[in-house]
Amino acid sequence: MATPPVKVYGPALSTAVSRVLVCLLEKDVPFQLVPVSMAKLEHKKPDYIKMQPFGQVPAFQDEDITLFESRAICRYIAEKYPNKGTAGLFGTNPLVKASIDQWLEAESQSFNPPSSVLTFQLVFASRMKLKQDEALIKQNEAKLVKVLDVYENRLESSRYLAGDEFTFADLSHLPNTQYLVDKTDRAELFTSRKNVSRWWSEISTRTAWKKVVEMQNA
Amino acid sequence: MAIKLYGAPASNATLRAKACLAEKGIEYEFVHVDMSKQEHKSPEFLSRNPFGQVPAFEEGDLKLFESRAITQYLAHTYADKGSDLIIKDPKKMAILAVWIEVESQKFEPASSKLVWELVYKAMFGMTTDEAVVEGNEKKLEQVLDVYESRLSQSKYLGGESFTLADLHHLPNMKYLVGTKTKRLFDARPHVSAWAADILSRPAWVKATTA
Repeated sequence: MATPPVKVYGPALSTAVSRVLVCLLEKDVPFQLVPVSMAKLEHKKPDYIKMQPFGQVPAFQDEDITLFESRAICRYIAEKYPNKGTAGLFGTNPLVKASIDQWLEAESQSFNPPSSVLTFQLVFASRMKLKQDEALIKQNEAKLVKVLDVYENRLESSRYLAGDEFTFADLSHLPNTQYLVDKTDRAELFTSRKNVSRWWSEISTRTAWKKVVEMQNA
Repeated sequence: MAIKLYGAPASNATLRAKACLAEKGIEYEFVHVDMSKQEHKSPEFLSRNPFGQVPAFEEGDLKLFESRAITQYLAHTYADKGSDLIIKDPKKMAILAVWIEVESQKFEPASSKLVWELVYKAMFGMTTDEAVVEGNEKKLEQVLDVYESRLSQSKYLGGESFTLADLHHLPNMKYLVGTKTKRLFDARPHVSAWAADILSRPAWVKATTA
């Protein structure tokens, strides 16, 4: 088989990289995962910076296009392959698109910041031999609780965040939530909320995400 | 169909939506949400934005929150009206989408914390935390260094024309150039020129003086 033109640079363990991987798997788009050793600071080397000027993972290439920022990469994949794999990840009509964009912005602006801090503090800090910041953990847990209360209410009347179908607005939550539920003692933030728990169960057991988790645990 | 924008005049997120409406030349009714009276936490408003934040948007049956979702809806729905804020070519749109995310993920966190410390706190009679200012200025400098490099190769952040990628910066930038943080923009020639250019756009001037 010829090498797929789609290349994702970065480790599967990275939350942002895994966001791109699950999108590619949902869309059935073949890809090559190119390892980037962050321990060896490969992501700060000039050749990598050319692709991703902030020196972060992932970077992405498809034929002659180079992209970064996981959510932008996912938009590109869905746009380029509308009829492959899971349809409608970004919506097929303007009103649905608007609802998806709205909840995706909620993920970006409200869910991502506190959940990223908690994921770093509770999962990665000790792996990197760094001391946990208890004040920061407490502060961000309080923020996350408020967001999950909004989600709990929303998911009472809606199967998924943007509506009745699974969309990118849900998918974008997979990486951080997986770590918090699976690798920390804070799972109950999600599992104690009836609707959030039901939603998490549904989205995390999708085949594509289960494959990504396998890649992370390999 | 009548468009309504619910917001607060000084709110940066509200200004983001207003900037887009002005660029597109779209008529709308502005509904003032009086945050000093906690109107943004009322059950009525929470039904428009469950996070209790401004702005909220309404066009007929469509109700939206999150300023960047509102601007994207307007830019796509009214593509043929006013300024072009997106790009039709798929590859160029993909690059534009990257820089829209950069504003959202990199510029917004540092700049909004600075706007809070240096501008909003004073409005509410609170004291600026200089340590927070210092930390976020350092983060902002790293972002602006990337912008300096990008803008030396591209006229605007998203490509050769003014788009949402630039527009989304306007509110926080407007506030910051009125503070000591302005020096961070001034120190970078391409960033400085770009900032001056977009802050002087007639639609932005209109949106912030109306």
